[in-house]
Amino acid sequence: MNHHRRLQLTKDGRLRHFIAIEGLPRAILMSILDTAEGFTSVANQSVKKVPLLRGKTIVNLFFESSTRTRTTFEVAAKRLSADVINFNISTSSASKGESLLDTLRNLEAMQTDMFVVRHDASGAAHFIAQQVAPHVSVINAGDGCHAHPTQAMLDMFTIRRHFGEFAPLNVAIVGDLLHSRVARSQIHALTTLQVNEVRVIGPKTLIPKGIDQMGVHVYHDMRAGLRDVDVVIMLRLQRERMHGAFIPSEHEYFQSYGLTPERLAYAKPHAIVMHPGPINRGVEIDSAVADGAQSVILEQVTNGIAVRMAVMALTMGSYAAQGEA
Amino acid sequence: MAQQLRARLAARALQDPFMIGIQTGGVWVAQQLYRELQLPAQLGTLNINFYRDDFTRIGVHPMVTPTQLQERVNDRDIILVDDVLYTGRTVRAALNEIFDYGRPASVTLAVLVDRGCRELPIQADVVGVSVALAAGEQIKLNGPQPLTLEITKT
Repeated sequence: MNHHRRLQLTKDGRLRHFIAIEGLPRAILMSILDTAEGFTSVANQSVKKVPLLRGKTIVNLFFESSTRTRTTFEVAAKRLSADVINFNISTSSASKGESLLDTLRNLEAMQTDMFVVRHDASGAAHFIAQQVAPHVSVINAGDGCHAHPTQAMLDMFTIRRHFGEFAPLNVAIVGDLLHSRVARSQIHALTTLQVNEVRVIGPKTLIPKGIDQMGVHVYHDMRAGLRDVDVVIMLRLQRERMHGAFIPSEHEYFQSYGLTPERLAYAKPHAIVMHPGPINRGVEIDSAVADGAQSVILEQVTNGIAVRMAVMALTMGSYAAQGEA
Repeated sequence: MAQQLRARLAARALQDPFMIGIQTGGVWVAQQLYRELQLPAQLGTLNINFYRDDFTRIGVHPMVTPTQLQERVNDRDIILVDDVLYTGRTVRAALNEIFDYGRPASVTLAVLVDRGCRELPIQADVVGVSVALAAGEQIKLNGPQPLTLEITKT
């Protein structure tokens, strides 16, 4: 969408904020993946740091709980030598009635250079990006049911490391598409990177209407949907976002849509299994698959550090480059 | 250049040096030196992109190949190889990165071309060729097959 694109890119086409995959050109996504590849070696150093963001202050602004995402953002920022401040809503003045904008202005007055934002309202990161000073970058770490772009990019990174290219791949996203911001970002990333086919598999109640207009094929049956697939992305069943009867029970859901070794056998023999975490064992995925040879779930977590380093370095570098031009 | 380097290794009695090329041109030069010298240790490559001192001016350049130092750095005699030695800033960045992998016993700097105009107190130990360039002239190594030096005027 145009309004995302305008907000996210500088006039000379560099990444300034990272709010959503939607609207970003393929070249930007590839530059994130390439830069992340360069950062993978930092983990092998005895001093696991590069001096790129020395003296910069990054605020992790988390209005919604998170373990993996917040931790990997923090590790990524620290490996770039930035100073990191973690700001959780439950312990902040926001619970004393301060507005989001006032909180933001106060943090900005402390010379913050970047905000990493997670919020349960869709559009929160976009709103903040519209308000910040020109030298400040905003990264969306998940907003409501809208987007989670760094998660999608670390998934793309994991896929590229396994297959080397996107064009021949068939990718299936399975489960609770309705509540998943991760799935929305993944679909935009996969279609922008031009994989052969994107499929979504799940019960009618958990597949949003009109999703086929995003360029995906819809399946309600695991056997048909997983046939000849190279990548299986399982989604967490988001019970906390379900207000109403979407599924009869977790047990019945597992009977129809749980990924078991038998069902995984419908996919190609070399297929990889991904999951953004946290996993619900025995609900959407069988432990034998989650811990099995085809699972790359823990690799995803590791890759998340390099990918988040790349997004931080590129967005912070864009203002610098702008000053030069 | 290989002869000079061999003589230097012998004079200083460096037994098992670890050669590291700086991407991209330095790796091409290092590959040739490595073959000539038949070193037992693996050849390392350095991506200094994240150690440059101009990030606040030009940002990052996406570069696919990460640093690969398969050998131990701590207490090791390092031979650092680059194509063109100019301001000295690349070598400064490379030294900083190497020290984040460990504390080497020594670092020997070998460059194909020394074009002068240093901005930092850095000198090479082994130099293939020294050239004096006129103002506005740039020298560049093209490769990897074949390796050719090109002088352009801006």
